[in-house]
Amino acid sequence: MAKSLKKIDIIFIPDSECPYKVLENSIKKNKEDIIQNLIDSGLRGRGGAGFPTGLKWKFGAKAKGDEKYIICNADEGEPGTFKDRKILSEVPRKVFSGMGICAYVTGATKGFVYLRREYKYMVPALEKEIKIFNKKAIELGLNFNIEIFLGSGAYVCGEETALIESMEGKRGEPRNKPPFPIQNGYLGKPTIVNNVETFVSSMMVCKMGAQKYSKLGTQDQHGSKLFSISGDTPKPGVYELELGLNVADFVEEFGDGDTKAVQVGGVAGFCIPRKKFAEQIIGQGPTTGGATMLFNSSRSMYHVLQNYLEFFVEESCGQCTPCRVGTQQLLKGIEAVKNGNKAPAYLDELVKLSETMKISSKCGLGQSVANSFASIVENFREEMIY
Amino acid sequence: MINLKINNISVTVEQDTTILQAAKKLNIRIPTLCYHEDLCVAGNCRVCVVEQVGNKNLPASCCTPVTQGMEILTNSRKVRNARKTIIKLLLSEHDADCTKCYKNGNCELQDLAKEYCTEETEFYIDLLKDKNFTIDMASPSIIKDDSKCIKCQRCVKTCAEIQGVSALTAAFKGADMKISTFFEKSISEGVCTTCGQCINRCPTGALTEKRYINEVWAAIDDPTKHVVVQTAPATRIALGEELGYEPGERVTGKMVTALKQLGFDSVLDTDFAADLTIMEEGTELLTRLKKALVDKDPTVALPMTTSCSPGWIKFCEHAFPEFLPNISTCKSPQQMFGPLSKTYYAENKNINPKGIVSVSIMPCTAKKFESDRPEMIDSGYKDVDYVLTTRELALMIKQAGIDFLKLEDSKYDPLMGVSTGAGAIFGATGGVMEAALRTAYEIATGREVPFENINIMPVRGMDGVKEAKVLFENCLPDWSFLNGVELSVVIAHGLANARQVLQSVKDGKANYHFIEIMACPGGCLGGGGQPIPTSPEIRQKRANATYEEDMNMPIRKSHDNPEIKQIYKDYLEKPLGHKSHHLLHTKYLKRKKY
Repeated sequence: MAKSLKKIDIIFIPDSECPYKVLENSIKKNKEDIIQNLIDSGLRGRGGAGFPTGLKWKFGAKAKGDEKYIICNADEGEPGTFKDRKILSEVPRKVFSGMGICAYVTGATKGFVYLRREYKYMVPALEKEIKIFNKKAIELGLNFNIEIFLGSGAYVCGEETALIESMEGKRGEPRNKPPFPIQNGYLGKPTIVNNVETFVSSMMVCKMGAQKYSKLGTQDQHGSKLFSISGDTPKPGVYELELGLNVADFVEEFGDGDTKAVQVGGVAGFCIPRKKFAEQIIGQGPTTGGATMLFNSSRSMYHVLQNYLEFFVEESCGQCTPCRVGTQQLLKGIEAVKNGNKAPAYLDELVKLSETMKISSKCGLGQSVANSFASIVENFREEMIY
Repeated sequence: MINLKINNISVTVEQDTTILQAAKKLNIRIPTLCYHEDLCVAGNCRVCVVEQVGNKNLPASCCTPVTQGMEILTNSRKVRNARKTIIKLLLSEHDADCTKCYKNGNCELQDLAKEYCTEETEFYIDLLKDKNFTIDMASPSIIKDDSKCIKCQRCVKTCAEIQGVSALTAAFKGADMKISTFFEKSISEGVCTTCGQCINRCPTGALTEKRYINEVWAAIDDPTKHVVVQTAPATRIALGEELGYEPGERVTGKMVTALKQLGFDSVLDTDFAADLTIMEEGTELLTRLKKALVDKDPTVALPMTTSCSPGWIKFCEHAFPEFLPNISTCKSPQQMFGPLSKTYYAENKNINPKGIVSVSIMPCTAKKFESDRPEMIDSGYKDVDYVLTTRELALMIKQAGIDFLKLEDSKYDPLMGVSTGAGAIFGATGGVMEAALRTAYEIATGREVPFENINIMPVRGMDGVKEAKVLFENCLPDWSFLNGVELSVVIAHGLANARQVLQSVKDGKANYHFIEIMACPGGCLGGGGQPIPTSPEIRQKRANATYEEDMNMPIRKSHDNPEIKQIYKDYLEKPLGHKSHHLLHTKYLKRKKY
């Protein structure tokens, strides 16, 4: 394996290690100590946005409310990501254990697993596990239980406030922030929303201790991360790697020898061209949800971008102008340039438009379109025109 | 208190103030589209974005609360560029052929396009070309044109928050997102009450009233037709806003002159019919009370509710059909006036009713629906032929080249043109209640209502639900059963408030004798046919003008109106009499819930 890639085995070490032991030990500890341990570990949310987890739990513990909720965000909708599916299939107890510790720390009494509709097949197995957990919680004297909530297939519902709206039976549209869910979430109560992997990592931090965990990774981002690797690769799959890997090394390990671009962070992330492989380190700069797609030279980056934009045009919730109309204009715009109805310079207009979308859209969906758009148009401009 | 700086000017505001509100305090205007004073904040359109020093993103000022030490720039290059881009994006999915639009000149999007000089830069690709838009013309009241819609959702929020009806909703997502109805049916098929509140808040021409201006011109131009026009109480206190006056200016006399100059053969007053409504409805209330209190008739439906607001009637028919027996059987003033114009008026003027065209000027779009109800033909003809909104009348006045500001005042024509202050206050929430109490109390006791200047203040004002009690004592012999009865009344305006009142009655939590409900916030003065824009402040000014109109009337009680006395003497005989029953009362029907 190339030098900067460090495979690691934290998340998928078998369940036989009994994660509920970690839960049992944790709820005997001081709540503040658990939070401090999490903060010290440097763990950041693994869904993509990368908010410090310890801080979120701290706010959750402080928030005032007669009831508090914990939501495990398993609406894994980012194209190219499939790690949460593997976690929930293989080590669900670690997820529930993480949720249980979070409940203990924050005082939440009810937890939900917001499961992507496409993962419905997992429900029977998960229900069985949840039953075991809920029983365990009673045994441990923890006033907390979990149930599954099935999503309906909208990408935007991965955004935490849209997710909450949809749970309340409303249209899945992101809310205005502030207030954040931590103050005013599900049913108006303080709500802690974390990604599946975040709960597992939190639990692992509790088990390993902050010091040991924070030694992993870079100064910028600590710990290990699951990567969903797909595209033009001979070995697609989910890999746990220590953060701080060089893209050139990554391509050497996972590429097919002809990689011309790597999309890091799914369609909401950035496209890195071959000439920048050596300088890009995953684990420095923007955080990632771990979707990594490799493209070889047989791929048209115009078609890749067109495909991304078609996705955004359909998956924008439609409420805010920059995202709803902007995505359509970007798609129609690159098509017009390609078929000669607009001059190549129109691409510059479109990049400016995407920058405006980035700073003026209501939620992360519209704000992140510019990431892939600008990085593809700027790095593969000739493919957009000819 | 929070200290912040906007454009380098320090300002101190309360916690939870938004950036937009703080800027307003400094007289800095930030453009908005989805924001509306009457509605919860949406934060959709993003036109109101501002720069916050230290934040790379631009927060929307309408939905971002201020924080301590915040530094805001409302006019930086970054902000101007973003706003211009956003306005251009909206225009790219909007049918911007403004000269073909009814809202041309009164469109918030058009104003912003002008302000931000969108003509100077290259336009984005026209997105309308590839989409199929339908214009829903099936409703007698409301036209919904999706090609003009900018998806700000003001209409959706209006229908849900103010009216509690939710006939309109956001449907689909992404490029297909649109404002639609239940199963995408025509707006005429669902629970829409035709109140037109959505029209009043639509920033563009996507929602407008169905116009009948051409039909009315054709009738006026036809020498074989005798065109009578009635004007609703709330038109005279708002028409001026369309024609160069500030809100709250009464233009009654000028409006009458203008109508005469337009060529109407007779300019009459809905206020007369309002007085008539009071006679009928007041008597009906006393009769119902007698049946309940004296005859102990278990079938009599109490509390009785008013029936003047056709939006409320349709709402009740859909949402609370169990309350239909409680609604007064009295037609609304418009629909009392209609059949009388083709019977009583026609006979007196010796005109063949076949040649009479009855037009009404209303603050309301539901009145268009009401006049189209199939049962409204008691004169043997369509009782009211055409209903125009206040806005449509203003347009006709402009078309006729009338310099409205310079007009002399005129009086209404006689015979159904004389009215009272009681009729005038029908235009404000609580007005029907006040007018009814002025008359009912006096019928029962022989004395004026025990309030200073007969101004019944507890039923006035803009609270969504207002309760009041009036004690009846020393009644006349015929009404002695009312001695000691404390009449309990409640007033609701805005259908969300009406729903709340009805639900509490239904749940047995509240006991009333008489309920006034108006579909629109503020009553008719805030109606769906009134000048745009609307806001709490504008509605308050219109209400003030309404009560001024009342105070300036020589007669302020319906039963004192000489023309009312005359019509009962010459034609109707007595309230709830045989002729009244035929011409002035109606029935309601249960409608589906969706």
